Amino acid sequence: MKQLEINNLQKKFDDFEAVKKITFSIAANQTVALLGPNGCGKTTTIAMILGLITPTSGSITINHQLLTKDHHYLSKMNFASPYVELPKKLKVIENLKVYAMMYEVANAKAKIEQLVEELNLAPILYKKTGELSSGQRNRVSLAKALINDPEILLLDEPTASLDPDTGDFIRTFLETYKKKNSMAILLASHNMDEVTRLSDYVLMMKEGSIIDEGTATDLIKKHGRQDLEEVFLKLARQHEN
Amino acid sequence: MKIKRILSLMLRHFYLIKASLPRIIDLIYWPTVQIILWGFISKFFTMHSTYFNNTVGIILSAAILYDFLFRSSISYNMLFLEEIWSRNLINLFISPLKVGEIVIALTCTALLRTLIGLVPAVLIAIPLFGISLLELGYPLILLLLSLYIFGITLGLLVTSGLVRFGPSFENIAWASLFFIAPIGCIYYPVEILPTWLQPVALALPLAHIFEETRSILINHTINYSNIYYALMLNVVYLGVALLTFCQSFKSAKVKGSLINVGE
Repeated sequence: MKQLEINNLQKKFDDFEAVKKITFSIAANQTVALLGPNGCGKTTTIAMILGLITPTSGSITINHQLLTKDHHYLSKMNFASPYVELPKKLKVIENLKVYAMMYEVANAKAKIEQLVEELNLAPILYKKTGELSSGQRNRVSLAKALINDPEILLLDEPTASLDPDTGDFIRTFLETYKKKNSMAILLASHNMDEVTRLSDYVLMMKEGSIIDEGTATDLIKKHGRQDLEEVFLKLARQHEN
Repeated sequence: MKIKRILSLMLRHFYLIKASLPRIIDLIYWPTVQIILWGFISKFFTMHSTYFNNTVGIILSAAILYDFLFRSSISYNMLFLEEIWSRNLINLFISPLKVGEIVIALTCTALLRTLIGLVPAVLIAIPLFGISLLELGYPLILLLLSLYIFGITLGLLVTSGLVRFGPSFENIAWASLFFIAPIGCIYYPVEILPTWLQPVALALPLAHIFEETRSILINHTINYSNIYYALMLNVVYLGVALLTFCQSFKSAKVKGSLINVGE
């Protein structure tokens, strides 16, 4: 079943076409990676799905319901990015309580306890969020993103600037969590190993268009390269002088 | 409109205030200093001229009321700026919170912040200068209501600018009330202004509110038309501010500036 369907989605900023009528879908329990060089339209695409940017044309369908002005769908979606922070002056537990309330989580206490255990947040629960290391902050940000048991989770570089150990912890957690909870994930990342490990399907974007797509293995085979990073480099440098 | 979602945003700001003693002191410090300063200035006038006999009461009451307006508006702006500074705005905008719920939550929290700052200052004025706002009687409630609505209106307009233009609009947030103060006729009657400027002043609720304050304190009469005009003007300005806020939010979504508000 398709959880998220993007159809001919386009965004123009005056004369500049940031996203050029792209079409893709994500099924329940599927992880789709959105790859591409900086400025290729990944963030704009994610922002349109999150309702932060109004598309110029095209449609976004969630669970067969067209995304309209009604924000009801936002309660079933969430987002985590190291570039979007939680209030630094609030303790971790306070941030989780605030967002559990904001998303009207039915049994907030139990949900927070579950996430605290799974993401190993107990030692930092009563620390101010601004006092945490980047790895700890990423874990808290992920806890906030999962507080409402989202049906669709959008992740923007979830392990950016993390040491290999913390990065691996996050990836393992995401794999385990997805196995237990049916959830569609859209992952934007520049870490090709991460994409290969976590994603079921890869979309390659360049200059606002999807220029290639397939499983990581298929793309590597199709382009005759050793790994996804080489595929990325080939596609990113195509048509460049 | 969900009360739980409104309360969640209020809870976020409550946590922020309660966690920081310097923040609480900062809320109380400025209104207190302002009132003490105006109290002594007024006392000085009274001691040196019979013309200014009742000046302490009038100027100090006006200073307290103006500070109430100032605090409500600044509190509203501050709450929004806190979200910008903490880079938390995107988390709010992608949550199920609706624009109306954000406005209500900020309005209620701004009142809490304003009262934390102003109540101690008002209480200090009683023993120090023998001035109590309660002398204004029950119209005080209507005057405070009018001031609060106008404060929130200004807060909404500045917040609209922040949403649309980003943090570069921050300076306007601080200066917004100083632009209006001269024609607000806070410490002097409307007649003091040049004739051509008087209609502009009367088009603002402030002139009516402070005219009424002076009328009660000097003539001991209540002129309900002033209160009525102030409230009516407030309804119009609040409506315009709400439309502006919604429009700037919509426009920011089209321009894509919401994702850069915190930068």
